[in-house]
Amino acid sequence: MRRFSLGKYLLPTYVVLAFIFLMFPIAYTFVFSFNDPFKNTPGWQGFTFDNWTGVCNNEAVCQAFGNSVLIAVIATIISTILGTMLAIAVSRYEFKFRSATNLLLFLPLATPEVVMGAGLAAQFFNVGIPRGLGTIIVGHILFTLSFVVVTVKARIATLDPKLEEAGRDLYAPPTQVFMKITLPLLLPGIMAAALLSLALSFDDYIVTAFNSGTETTFPKYVYAAALRGIPPEANVIGSAVFFFAIALVLVFQLGGALKRKRHAKLK
Amino acid sequence: MSTQVLVKKAKSTGKPKNSKVVLLLLLPGIFYLGLFFITPFASLITTSLQAPVLGGGIGVYQPGLEFGNYVFVVTEYLDQIIRSFIYATLATLLALAISYPIAYFIAVKARNKPVLQALLLTLVIAPFFISFLLRTFAWKQVFGQNSWLSTILRDTGLMADDQFLLGSSFAVVFGLTYNFIPFMTLPLYTNLERLDTALLEAGSDLYATPTSTFWKVTFPLSIPGITSGTLLTFIPVAGDFVTASGNFLGTPNTSMIGNVIEANYITIQDFPSASALSVLLMAAIVVLVSVYIRRTGTEDLL
Repeated sequence: MRRFSLGKYLLPTYVVLAFIFLMFPIAYTFVFSFNDPFKNTPGWQGFTFDNWTGVCNNEAVCQAFGNSVLIAVIATIISTILGTMLAIAVSRYEFKFRSATNLLLFLPLATPEVVMGAGLAAQFFNVGIPRGLGTIIVGHILFTLSFVVVTVKARIATLDPKLEEAGRDLYAPPTQVFMKITLPLLLPGIMAAALLSLALSFDDYIVTAFNSGTETTFPKYVYAAALRGIPPEANVIGSAVFFFAIALVLVFQLGGALKRKRHAKLK
Repeated sequence: MSTQVLVKKAKSTGKPKNSKVVLLLLLPGIFYLGLFFITPFASLITTSLQAPVLGGGIGVYQPGLEFGNYVFVVTEYLDQIIRSFIYATLATLLALAISYPIAYFIAVKARNKPVLQALLLTLVIAPFFISFLLRTFAWKQVFGQNSWLSTILRDTGLMADDQFLLGSSFAVVFGLTYNFIPFMTLPLYTNLERLDTALLEAGSDLYATPTSTFWKVTFPLSIPGITSGTLLTFIPVAGDFVTASGNFLGTPNTSMIGNVIEANYITIQDFPSASALSVLLMAAIVVLVSVYIRRTGTEDLL
């Protein structure tokens, strides 16, 4: 292949610099999770492991974290199930109002979260439902649902319909075709959708701000704390969640990449 | 039942029709969206037309047809509305400029190195896994009054002693750009992944300079990726109120429409004004998105 002069040194150098820029806030959060909390002044005060070993000494942050995990898990389970069903319906079946359904599924992606949050809050207010954990979960299912649909739809598009046809040709009933062929093939897409939904829910501040009432979540805690300075325990939780998620993604991504490499070698 | 499905399938578009199954699959999700997405829009519209109750306390309103609420919010918050669209446009363009080379490198240059590619993609989405608020807070520390950056800028005379980085439009647009770079990079990557490098070679074989090959071949082919990237960036940026808030990178002088909606709804409890602004923001985005999609000829994105 011919070389393009721009690509030789300039582009790789740029990419390295861009990644340093992208990673900076992550590094900052990790470093400041070791900041010595005892002197209540901003900036670096000294190194300590205390924030990591005694993260729940800061009860408020731990409770907020617990709420966020609970909300994210429940919202993800529900939105993954609903979203997968919708994705299968719109990509595998022909029905009246199919394009209208597609538009309805696209619209939440085009709606700013602040509009979704305010609308939902207005709705709860009009109907007289008090805001709390339940209303936060309802909001999180709402904005993660379309992401699940998009992700699972993308996976369905890559499936070979012949595999299911083969199942039907062998007289497998539809439920068996679904459980033994379709679902296992969709599983990577469903897993990816669930992970995305977990990450989005866990990180949400905007929809939560409108629908949480007096309940606190991790982002809500950080938002309020940011006015004066974030306690190092929040950085500990942020860093721990980061490493956990990145480990999951690396396992998925590198697993896929190694598989492709092996295939390439076999060819 | 399976033969029935197959027969129907052979007839039409190759997709089976099975009304019972479809209904079962669709109903829960559609019901959910109807209840918590469509009717809230109706609630927003009715709330936006409510009138204050004479002698009522804070946050007490009655049903009405106060179209004047819209005139009020537009005149009262014109600065914030205009600012939101300027900030969102700037942040989207900057994110595009920053992301394009990254996406190009991962999708085209690293194409034959699957492990490097997977690693770089993971790094692109890595910021997603650390709280949005913690990321923004890190930049707040960098822009702070006594931060190393502010000190350097003052010492070198690039910034006057009475100027502040934190709370400036620069800081807010910087934060917005940073926060939404992955939203731009991923769709660009997905698009450039499919770029046929033989076309680039054809360009250079015909003595085109790399620059003109880029503008005549690569760039036009990547327009669908640019379209979805700019939409995925512009929409959330236009409604964001975290970055521009006084708790993070902004001041009241950098408030965006999201900050006004939040303040009106949560702090002041002026529900009609907050709702009217939400309706206007949504309407503006629907108009912009449909015009934009038509202009770039990417209707099939929907």
